[in-house]
Amino acid sequence: MSERMDKPQTVERSARQTVIRSILVACGMFAFGFAMVPLYNVFCQVTGLNGKTDPDPYLYKAAEAKVDTSRNIKVQFVATKNSGMIWDFSPSTPQVTVHPGEPGLLTFVAKNPTDKRMIGQAIPSVTPFEATNYLHKVECFCFTTQTLEAGEEKVMPLRIIVDQDLPKHIKKLTLSYTLFDVTHMY
Amino acid sequence: MSTVTDSVEGTDVKAHEDHHGPAKGLMRWVLTTNHKDIGSMYLWFSFAMFLTGGAMAMIIRAELFQPGLQIVEPAFFNQMTTMHGLIMVFGAVMPAFVGLANWMIPMMIGAPDMAMPRMNNWSFWILPFAAVMLLSTLFMEGGGPNFGWTFYAPLSTDYGPPSTTFFIFSIHMLGISSIMGAINIIATILNLRAPGMTMMKMPLFVWTWLITAYLLIAVMPVLAGAVTMMLMDIHFGTSFFNAGGGGDPVLFQHIFWFFGHPEVYIMILPSFGIVSAIIPAFARKHLFGYTSMVYATASIAFLSFIVWAHHMFTVGIPLIGELFFMYATMLIAVPTGVKVFNWVTTMFRGSMTFEAPMLFSTAFVVLFTIGGFSGLMLSIAPADFQYHDTYFVVAHFHYVLVPGAIFAIFAATYYWLPKWTGHMYDETLAKVHFWMSFIGMNLTFFPMHFVGLAGMPRRIPDYALQFANFNEISSIGGFLFGTTQFLFLFIIIKCIRGGEKAPAKPWEGAEGLEWSVPSPAPYHTFTTPPDVK
Amino acid sequence: MKLVATGFVALLSIIPLSIKAAQQVCTMIIRSLRSGQRKTWGCKGIVMQQAKSLSLLAGLVVAGSGHAAWEVNMTEGVTAVSRNIYGLHMTIMTICAVIGLIVFSVMFYSIYKHRKSKGAVAQQFHESTLVEIVWTSIPFLILVLMAIPATKTLVDIYNTDEADVDIKITGYQWKWQYEYLGEDVSFFSNLSTPTEQIQNVRNKNPNYLLEVDEPLVLPVGKKVRFLVTAADVIHSWWVPALAVKRDAIPGFINEAWTNIDTPGTYRGQCAELCGKNHAYMPIVVEARSEEEFEQWLQDKKEQASRERELTDKVWSMDELMVRGEQVYNKVCAVCHQPNGAGMPPIFPALKGSPMATEANQVGAHVDIVMNGKKGSAMQSFAGQLSEVDIAAVITYERNAWGNNTGEMVTPKEIVEYKKTGVYEEDPAKQTMPDNQQASL
Repeated sequence: MSERMDKPQTVERSARQTVIRSILVACGMFAFGFAMVPLYNVFCQVTGLNGKTDPDPYLYKAAEAKVDTSRNIKVQFVATKNSGMIWDFSPSTPQVTVHPGEPGLLTFVAKNPTDKRMIGQAIPSVTPFEATNYLHKVECFCFTTQTLEAGEEKVMPLRIIVDQDLPKHIKKLTLSYTLFDVTHMY
Repeated sequence: MSTVTDSVEGTDVKAHEDHHGPAKGLMRWVLTTNHKDIGSMYLWFSFAMFLTGGAMAMIIRAELFQPGLQIVEPAFFNQMTTMHGLIMVFGAVMPAFVGLANWMIPMMIGAPDMAMPRMNNWSFWILPFAAVMLLSTLFMEGGGPNFGWTFYAPLSTDYGPPSTTFFIFSIHMLGISSIMGAINIIATILNLRAPGMTMMKMPLFVWTWLITAYLLIAVMPVLAGAVTMMLMDIHFGTSFFNAGGGGDPVLFQHIFWFFGHPEVYIMILPSFGIVSAIIPAFARKHLFGYTSMVYATASIAFLSFIVWAHHMFTVGIPLIGELFFMYATMLIAVPTGVKVFNWVTTMFRGSMTFEAPMLFSTAFVVLFTIGGFSGLMLSIAPADFQYHDTYFVVAHFHYVLVPGAIFAIFAATYYWLPKWTGHMYDETLAKVHFWMSFIGMNLTFFPMHFVGLAGMPRRIPDYALQFANFNEISSIGGFLFGTTQFLFLFIIIKCIRGGEKAPAKPWEGAEGLEWSVPSPAPYHTFTTPPDVK
Repeated sequence: MKLVATGFVALLSIIPLSIKAAQQVCTMIIRSLRSGQRKTWGCKGIVMQQAKSLSLLAGLVVAGSGHAAWEVNMTEGVTAVSRNIYGLHMTIMTICAVIGLIVFSVMFYSIYKHRKSKGAVAQQFHESTLVEIVWTSIPFLILVLMAIPATKTLVDIYNTDEADVDIKITGYQWKWQYEYLGEDVSFFSNLSTPTEQIQNVRNKNPNYLLEVDEPLVLPVGKKVRFLVTAADVIHSWWVPALAVKRDAIPGFINEAWTNIDTPGTYRGQCAELCGKNHAYMPIVVEARSEEEFEQWLQDKKEQASRERELTDKVWSMDELMVRGEQVYNKVCAVCHQPNGAGMPPIFPALKGSPMATEANQVGAHVDIVMNGKKGSAMQSFAGQLSEVDIAAVITYERNAWGNNTGEMVTPKEIVEYKKTGVYEEDPAKQTMPDNQQASL
């Protein structure tokens, strides 16, 4: 008789252990699927993937920043309305030129033309991705949702600073906002 | 099956047969815990799904026969492409391999059954219900899933049809079924090997399945996570994949392909094992490098986890990421090359005969290699900007999946059919089946390389005139390939019902424990473990 | 059994031919039913089709459409990048072909020579570490050689610095919007192939499905930077001749660039499945010399100001109906169908629908066209169409296909609606059709 037949209990026990271990691995991988969400966000913020910027106000110390007057950086602004969003939404100026370290101030105008109260959320995105972490938004309407009453028009300020460490070859940045209707979420 | 007791085996098997023969009637199949019964059910289920998914492919090819809309509306066409993909992946190929594993792995390692027979029954019986649920979505208001088998958000979430919820549940069920199947296979291989059957003595089919099973338990839960997130986005107001709520649609693609790339290897690794059994058998020669085959399989499995973003080269990944995924993907060519070289060297200076299993295996090596070459081309990120989402990609993955997975399953079926049924199949008809499949498959998919390079995007029901001629040829090839499969069904039924009696080892050069039991294999085998030298 | 086999082969080879024949017959019947009075060219189409398929059956000879229909390779394109990519593609394909040739010739040699039927006896050699090392390292070296030019090209593609023209491309279901940043020029580009051609009732244009109402015009010899995004689902902007393919992702912006060196028209398509009409959102790029491009930009701006003037004009019913039909066929007919019958339940009929016929629903009608309907395929057209076009198309929908409400919506009312968010009828407008007005 073989080993296997001598100790059927041992075999059964070790098989059960294998099964339990495998189930644990499977559960772990299920959890890992969800863990990919925060991992991905951290990854994006580190690498600037998708031009995703930190959702919280960035604590860039404007006071400490030295203005680098030798460089001129063009910052373009573009606005997109996601389908279903019918506000008027556009930057007051399509482009500003700033020195790194020097704050740039501009406004975006949003208008709710409907007869209902609506809530909007602007999602920022920066290109080139490489520059994402060097474009600081000191003040932005995208930090929170924006609520507009029926027919209301709102001028929303945006204050940006381009980091003086911005890689030398980058001379133009694009800051894009896509406006989403999030009324149904609140 | 009644011939079993009359066959030549020893008395103890006969005694077992008397005590533990299959129950009678329908309940035999519902309640069975026998690995052979469950294996057969898996195989029949997968064949039914293969015909269902194939019928959808016929609709696709009929619509694409000429430019313009002739047969179906674009909305339905999208449901067909989506369902064809889902059914073929989750309904046809994966269950077929699990079926083969169920039948053969216990017999190959000298085990009496799978380690967890009741779980085995469950993992099969979930499948038909999941498949019915998935197919029923086609009849629901708004139609079935129409967002491609990759179901990218937000097309599948905010813009998906109402039936998406049922699609998600059926994916959950299919996932649970394959995870249970995989766990069972791991437990069987690790614990039930006959004495003397060391890991490095296991047949390659067992090895490749062990690695596949690990891939399955690693990635199917991730897919379950992805569809769960979709479900939450659709019904519970979360924003995993909705940019407006702070989520990211690209995240979906990362999670999906983290599952998806190992998934495509799940559909090919068992084929490697099958072909590595068949080629030596018909070349009457040992496999050239068993050890290197094991290592190559393991490295392919490892690499499959770090290449997923090559499906997303155009999505806007930073340069450094793009380079990493390009290099990692190119590396896969090395272990894959090792495998191909090994098969060719095994054939070299052998003493070959070309029965149906060998024909399918030879075609596997040639055509899979062609698919591998186009895969290598696709891995070159800058060139992928031109190839991505065109018919070139469709040609590529059908070249690795049809000859890769399907031909290997055909080969395995012919190779082991005498063992399952106790009869030899009709060799002439099988050769016809091979040649018609071979011609049909190449006629269908080779021209797709051309239209893809010339600029035809995939997943379109209607196309510009310059693609018309090759699409016509593809459709004709598709109809040929499709109809030929009824011949396969006929051959199988004919072989089950009768035919020349098969000896215990019908193939001169075949090796392995499965050939030491009589044909057809008794209901219970290796209740007393064999001695492996 | 041999007999059965031969029979089966014969049967199978007939199937494709008979399918082909059946399809021809069906197409002919469908055409003759559909074409009606347009029979003349309908017949011509059938003859041409038959000639084509006959020649195909006769031996797959190139027929009619010439070499374009048998295009087998990637385009070389008209930019430095596209030529680099073409070069990469050809190099790697050649390397693969050579390796394939070597491996397969060894294989076919042994298939031919080492058969049992030829008396071959198996040589039992196996396991050789040296051989394994050789066939691991040689492919690895080849891969390294492939990776070098690939990396160079990729670095080049990612360098979007110093662009002369910036264009924002937004993907919509199922059209593209182009905005020339800093130029105040922006327009939508729709498929212009008529529905009749898609439904096979009329002969197809040479550029079937690859033609648009307004192409993207670009200057040659200038670095053009694309900022790609989407407003609903993921799309992908692809023009093979420029070798630019970039996914358009809602909420995020992607970059790509091109520098075209030859003037001409270059066609592409959306490359990412984006719903029902994914096949019907082509891209046409017209590359012009710098002067012509500047001229075009000027014309475009003037045209825009003329459009604005049109809003103030007093429109008659007939004028609105004519314009409305054009707008409807361009924008609305894809879903609601040219005859207004829609494709229920996803795309409701407009013909006879309460919203388009009942007098108290004018406001709701304006509302849905302007703002779209949440959770459905109906988009907001407020930003896509001018006030004139919106007024015209609503007027058309309320009076076409027997909806004959006699009601008219004017551009001025739409302007008012945009300000207040509420539709109010302008009491001063003249609603009667011109002919009735004349008879009064």
